This record gives sequence, structure tokens and C-alpha cells, in this order.
Amino acid sequence: MRLAGAILTLVIGAPVLLGAALTLATGFGWQPGLGRVALGWEGFTEALAAPGILTSLRLTLVTGIGAALLSLAASIPLARWLVTRQSASRWLTPLLAVPHAALAIGLAFLIAPSGWAARLVSPWATGWDLPPQIVTLGDPWGLSLILGLMLKEVPFLTLMTLVAAAQRPVAEQMAAGRALGYAPGRVWVRIVWPQLYPALRLPVLIVLAFSLSVVDMALILGPSNPPTLAVRILRLYGAPDPAQAVPASALAVILLAVMGASAALWMVGERAVARLGKALIRTGHRGVSRRNWSGAGLIGAGGTLALGSLGALILWSLASFWRFPDALPADLTFKRWASADWAGPALTSLTLALVSTVLALILAMLWLESEDRSGKRLPLGALIVLPLLLPQIGFLQGLTTGFLWLGLPPGPVAVTWAELLFVFPYVMIALAGPWRALDRAHLASAASLGAGPTRRLLRIKLPMLLGPICAAAAIGVAVSVAQYLAVLLPGAGRVQALATEAVALASGADRRLAAILALMQAALPWVGFALALAVPAWWHRNRRGLRGGVA
Amino acid sequence: MSLELIDLSLTASDASAPLFAPLSLVVAPGETVCLMGPSGIGKSSLLAHIGGHLPRGFTASGDVRLDGESVTQLPAERRGIGMLFQQAQLFPHLSVGDNLAFGLSAQVKGKVARHAAVEAALEQAGLAGMADRDPATLSGGQRTRVALMRTLLARPRAVLIDEPFAALDAELRAEIRSFTLQHLQAERIPCLMVSHDPDDGAAAARRIALG
Repeated sequence: MRLAGAILTLVIGAPVLLGAALTLATGFGWQPGLGRVALGWEGFTEALAAPGILTSLRLTLVTGIGAALLSLAASIPLARWLVTRQSASRWLTPLLAVPHAALAIGLAFLIAPSGWAARLVSPWATGWDLPPQIVTLGDPWGLSLILGLMLKEVPFLTLMTLVAAAQRPVAEQMAAGRALGYAPGRVWVRIVWPQLYPALRLPVLIVLAFSLSVVDMALILGPSNPPTLAVRILRLYGAPDPAQAVPASALAVILLAVMGASAALWMVGERAVARLGKALIRTGHRGVSRRNWSGAGLIGAGGTLALGSLGALILWSLASFWRFPDALPADLTFKRWASADWAGPALTSLTLALVSTVLALILAMLWLESEDRSGKRLPLGALIVLPLLLPQIGFLQGLTTGFLWLGLPPGPVAVTWAELLFVFPYVMIALAGPWRALDRAHLASAASLGAGPTRRLLRIKLPMLLGPICAAAAIGVAVSVAQYLAVLLPGAGRVQALATEAVALASGADRRLAAILALMQAALPWVGFALALAVPAWWHRNRRGLRGGVA
Repeated sequence: MSLELIDLSLTASDASAPLFAPLSLVVAPGETVCLMGPSGIGKSSLLAHIGGHLPRGFTASGDVRLDGESVTQLPAERRGIGMLFQQAQLFPHLSVGDNLAFGLSAQVKGKVARHAAVEAALEQAGLAGMADRDPATLSGGQRTRVALMRTLLARPRAVLIDEPFAALDAELRAEIRSFTLQHLQAERIPCLMVSHDPDDGAAAARRIALG
């Protein structure tokens, strides 16, 4: 128990804290490597005096809070639509599994002025023979970025809503509200959804933190000059002058403060909305019965954008020559796929994903099994929440420096460790529920047959939990393949994975290769989820009681 | 006001025969009719159908009329048919008072009037001063009374009762039952109840065996 706690704290907690502490110290001018140890506020004054800093701050707030708010708002009618159609909600998983960078590249290829959407309606409907002078990508208010974030976050929040709804008598509460004369939409918004919100609070705060600090999507879809705070920090870290790490780190600390303030503002907002909701409930207005057009409309819009992005990626990956405004490429060829310059990054991403996922599974099992043996919960919830709530840019550069001091140079090992910090929390979240829900009677009967704890683990628990373990592994692979900063910073250019290569090419240097890299980045998680369904089904093919183990 | 069922029958999607013989029935204002029958015959599904809550997967025939007006094609919320469920289905995130305020018809306008109506309902239910209570802290009998008051405040044209007394212990059951039926009678609301408890049947004005 103690040993397990120590290992987990050392492997997951220590790097996060080390990275955050070093970022903080650097922000105050502490750079012993350069012989500077005097602390001061110069980094902050320098960061805040940079031109366009207020625009960057506004952009971060508008895109971060906007994306979280709009995603939550969209998930409400969507969840109402899906709650009675459980089979349809299965289609959320593929969208959830797509890495942010791949989705952003697909969306960029779709909605750019020269993108597929413009080509489909030109020139017959628009008269455009050249890409129009309309700013879509990188618009100054970050609307494209908000749209991209929403495509990822709406499915996530909707799924979380459905998970929470499954634990409550939703159908009965809907009937009770309608029997009192309320329109179904109103019962959902005023009665059912507020009961589910407590289970959504942490996912929403994670979405908020992520949206405020996202880098890869902001590089592709966000405005570039000035960019969001997170992108600005990354640029400063990448500057040739190492002294720029001081204002960069100071800005990272400021970003953390912005995130903290936004979360506090959100929670104040929650109270205001709850008070308003109660006041509306007391008026007794029944609302108008009509069909759930917003739910169906959101499904249609989201599905169109997702499929359009996928289509744009596939077409670009096969295009030999694609002149504007042709709706389709002149002809399709596998030449670019055959040149196989994508294979190296794909293999790197696959290896990183497998190693970090296996390590994360081992750590999660260590945690859960040591809890079982001691009969007590490990008080280490912060290890799960901290890496997800802190801005990645706020501790990964500090961590890279810290690794270097400890004798671990930038490279594959440092990247794997950094990825593990994000893979582990999701694997743990996915595995903990089914593990703790395992019927203890099976273990008791095994013990009464003389099986010790190790035999019970290997012969009873792990085989019975094969489905959930595979599901957790698939989630781990998806999280790993999606990592951008965790490859870029601790890899220092020595590790070239799909995410970093795709983002580097996304600005248009090589659309065909960027499309192939993005498709591969999306394909790896899909293969993972397909295997997570197939392996337990095949393994337990003659065991009806264990089928359907994937959550 | 009267509730009229005309040749009502239900067939489950995987069955060839209807659940029970076609049912025709008129429930007069203030009258309580108890439908009796073994479990699994579809009593709850019948009530769900009358109230408009039947899930997909059933085919229904016949007509439901309130005061001679057919409501079969209306969505549940526009039928004006109140329901008392087996579980009281109080909304757990709202206080007892807000549960009642949610039920109170929107025709009662103005903060003061609405507040007074809620307080009066609480008093009638013997729950004066409990407006701010968490529904989870109420006893089973109190919960049933709040559910009844919430239904009555919505001014229903008919009320359906699906064994709401089954979860109460025997002593309390008789008291809550007579409380409920007296209120419905006083408000001249037709009431259809399903139960397999003979005491529920004895308390009703009429008993009809479903089969």
C-alpha cells in the first residue's frame, strides 16, 4: 500500500510538481543554467509589455470560455435527443477518439477560403474562380477555433451527460413533469438536466481548462498574430534566446491565473444560473410542446462537419492535382501514400502509445490492487485531476528542464514519461469503475477454494475484467496519439510523432502529407477501439455472462 | 368532468394477442374506479397509455376522452391528466415547496398568490412549514401526500394512480389512501387507480377486473 502510493506519487505526481515549480521559478527569473539566480518581477513586466498581449488575453478568454459554454449549451438538447436513442450514442465514440490536431486539420481543409466547402459551391453558386478574400481560418475572434473545440467537446460532454443520466430514473421524471403539463424540452432543461449537472461539473471544468490552454488546435485554427496566450508562450519558449524562457514562464503563470479566475467565474455563474432556474421554476410556465429540432439540428450540423473534415482529408491524401474551384481532385492516386514518408512518425506514435499505455495500465492496476489488498482507498485523487486541470504549457517545459538536470536528456524516454502523465489519468478513470464494481463474491469463493491474492488477481480479476482493461487501453492509446506538447517539448525535435509532424505541415506547406499524417493520427485510435471491442468478444466467445464488457 | 375509455386495448410489440380484452369505461367526476388484475397483465402500461407516457413498442387501439373530447392524439403534457406514480417522483434537486410550485398551474399569477397557494397546499397535506425541506428527508407517507398536492395544484382534468400506496406500511396505507381519495372526490376529479391490493379496491367506488 505504502509502496504503491510512493511509486505513483514519484512517477506521476513528482514530474507534474517539478515541472510546475520550475516554470514558476523561471518566471521569476531563476535560470541557474545561465548563471542567473536573482529573483524578480521582470519576466512578468516583460511578458505584459509585449505588443498585442491584451488581444491575446481577450482571445484566450473568448475562445476558452466561449467554447466551454457553447459546448455545454449544445450538449443539453443533444443529450435529450440521444437519451432515448442509446444505439445512436455509439456514434459519439469515433468522434471522441479523433485527436484534436487531426480534427483541426480536417476542419481547416474543409472551411478554409480555398477549402472543400468553398470548392463544392464554386463557381456555380458563388461565382468564385479564386479562393475568396474571406477570413475563416484564424479569424480575429477565434470563431474557427471555437468551432473546432466544440466538435471535440460537445461529444465528450454529451457522453458524460448520458452516463450520468443512466444512473437516474430519467424516463419516470420526464413522465412526472409531463403529467403536470410541461413540454418535454422544458422538463429536460428545468428538471432532469439540473439533477445531472453535479456529475458534469468536473468534466466541464476540464473542458474549460483545456480550451483556455489548448495549443495544437490554436496553432491550426486560431489567429496567428497575435495568437492565444498558450501559443504565445510556446513561441517564446521556441525563441533562439534562452532568456526568453523567463517571460514565457511568467506568461505561463499568468495563464494559470487566468484559468483559475475563469474557473472561479464559472462557479459563480453556476450559482447565478441555478438561482435564475429556481425563479423560472416557481413561475409555473409550461412551455410549448414541439419537436426537439435543436437536438436533431445539432446532430446534423456536427455530423456534416465531422464527415466533411474526414472527406477533405481523404481527398487531399489521394489528390494528384486539385485546382480551385474544382469540387474534386483531377484524379486520385496512391502515390503519396506509397512514398511512405508518413511511416516513420506513425511508427513513433504507435510505439509511444503502446509503451505509455502499458505503463499506465500497470500503474492503474497497482493502485487498484493495492487498494483491494489493504481495504482502504489511496488518497491520491490529485494525481488524476492535476495533469488534466493544469495547463500543459505551464509544466511541460519546466519538466523538460527538470529531466535534463536529473540526467534524462530530451528524447523518446522523456516523451514517454511526459505522455504517461496524461495517459494514466484517463486509463485510471476508465478502469477504476469496473474494477471496483467487480462482484466481490467471486473473489470470496476463490479465496475459500484456497486461492491467494496473487492467484485471485491473475486467474479471476484480470480475466473477468478483460473487457474494461481493453477499453481502458484503447482510451490510453487515443490519449497518447493525441499528445502534441508532450512530444514537442520533452522531445526537443528528436522525436517526430504524427501530432508534431501534422501540425508542422498543417499551415499548407504540404497538404497531401499533412492529410495523410492527420488520417493516420485518427486511424490509430480507431483501430485501438475496434480491437478493444473485438478482443474480449473473441476471448469470451463462449462465455455469455462476460460479453459486452466494454463500457 | 368525466374520463371515458372506449374499446381500449394494448398489444406488446413481440406479442400477437392484446394484453387484455378491450376495455370500455366511464369514470364520473369525483368517482374512483379501481382496475384489479394479476401482475404482468399490463395495468401500468394501460395507465401509461391513458396518460400519454407509453414507450415505443406497443400498439394501442381505442379512444381516451375527457368530457367527450378525444385526447388520444395529444402529447402527455396537453392532456391534463395527472399521475401518481409508484415512487412519488418528487424532483430531488428542488425543495418541497419548489416541487409544489413547479406543479402549480401557471394560471395562478403573481409571486404572492403563488406562494400562498403553495403554503395552503402544504397545510392541507399536514406539512405546514416544510416548504424548504429536502424531499429526501420526508417519510414515505409525506412524500405521497406532496406528490398528490403537486398533481392537484396543476388542476388536472383526471388523475391516474399506479399503486402509490404499495410502498407504505399497512397502517399508514389506509390513512394516506383515504386522504388521497377524499381530496380527489372533493375536487370532483375522476380517478382511475390500478392495484392488486384488495383494500385499494374496497376503498374505490367501483372495481373492475382486467382480463
